[in-house]
Amino acid sequence: MERDDLIEYSLHAHHSEDQGKVIRKKIYFVTILLTIVTVLEVALGAYIKQSSAAWPFVKWSFVALTILKAGYIVMVFMHLGNEKKSLRYVILVPYILFILYLIFIALWEALEIGSAWSTYGGA
Amino acid sequence: MAGHAAQLDAKTLWGGKESPFQTSYGKLMMWFFLVSDALTFGGLLVAYGFTRHDFQGAWPIGEETFNSMPFLGHGYPLLYVALMTFILIVSSVTMVLAVEAGHRMDKKGVVKWMIATIIGGFFFVGSQAWEWSHFIHGSEFGKIELSDGSQAIVKGHFGEIKNFTVVEAGKHHKKGEIIKEDLMHKFQHAAEKGRLKDGMIKLHDGSLAKINKEADSHMQLIIKKDGKDHKVGEAPIHGKAAEKMYYESLYSGEPNHVIYGANLKQNEYGPQQYGQFFFFITGFHGFHVFSGVIINIIILLGVVAGTYHRRGHYEMVEKTGLYWHFVDLVWVFVFTFFYLI
Repeated sequence: MERDDLIEYSLHAHHSEDQGKVIRKKIYFVTILLTIVTVLEVALGAYIKQSSAAWPFVKWSFVALTILKAGYIVMVFMHLGNEKKSLRYVILVPYILFILYLIFIALWEALEIGSAWSTYGGA
Repeated sequence: MAGHAAQLDAKTLWGGKESPFQTSYGKLMMWFFLVSDALTFGGLLVAYGFTRHDFQGAWPIGEETFNSMPFLGHGYPLLYVALMTFILIVSSVTMVLAVEAGHRMDKKGVVKWMIATIIGGFFFVGSQAWEWSHFIHGSEFGKIELSDGSQAIVKGHFGEIKNFTVVEAGKHHKKGEIIKEDLMHKFQHAAEKGRLKDGMIKLHDGSLAKINKEADSHMQLIIKKDGKDHKVGEAPIHGKAAEKMYYESLYSGEPNHVIYGANLKQNEYGPQQYGQFFFFITGFHGFHVFSGVIINIIILLGVVAGTYHRRGHYEMVEKTGLYWHFVDLVWVFVFTFFYLI
């Protein structure tokens, strides 16, 4: 027996021509933004060398710009910004918590191992 | 509290009808898969970071390693990778346009944008193939071990090899013969084996030939491993001094002074792990792109056949779109952490 009380969520995403125009406008805006950010990153990398005093600033700018790009891709292109709040947090919060911890623990450990090698290590 | 209790009737409670996330099963599962895949890539990039942070010597710099363009040669730091990034971003945009067209039940639009996405995907996979090939074959100069034991990567323009003139006959080549084929390959192979000495090359058949080569220009040696005289971090050595040091070592007649390109054991760009991470991370990502293209093609066939139109919604396009955007998302991180920083 087919149930008639189930909701077909796939239909919720449907929209009209007019709404489509607004959505497309946003897509083009994000496209231009992502392109500009990528060009900016390459230009920064080309003009400021890793030996320069400004490098730490550039490095952290890269990280910030990457997170900005990732945010737009996930929120706009992948529509996570338009999903229900609970779904958004179920996807993002566990991942971000875990990966931040992993980055912290692994890089910290690596620096410690590195300094142990340079203090006590062989050739 | 009274008002609060009044709302808690059977109508507003979840009775198995409305799902908490108000999303279809398929889309939810695609999201859960993407989270797990993101953990895999996160693990790979963190492993790369670990190796780089505990490494004792100089780690390769992206813009020194990847500075070639197809047809144009060297001197374009990271431009090719940036172009690949741009191609992938554009194909992500065409994908989201396909999804948008699907929401308007515009079958023609979905077909058009999905074809554009597939073409973009093939361009990216092709670009990656070119980059791998370039990485494996390496530069014309290679990485050189100088006479003081230091190691340097070499930048500049490699003067073309015109020919080899045989001066001492071997099994195949007669004296006075001029060899014009496969010169670069023979030259590099002989260099690795230590069969270059004082401007002469010892060929496979035992003959000895004089190398006729145009002069190099704008040569630069960047030290990557400490030696007796030269240390990592010192200013690059330019011009005549660089050429003298380079050829002293290349034409020394001793093997293993130079490394060209990369394999799983060694590479000219830096430590062994660098090459392995390059192959694994970009390879794993490239495999994702490739499977994404294949999945897109399968879904496109379904769109063309009208399967989703009859179903009443184009959610399959949305789901493959999620995967495709994810591939783009991963590349954004690989681009920053492998190439830029």
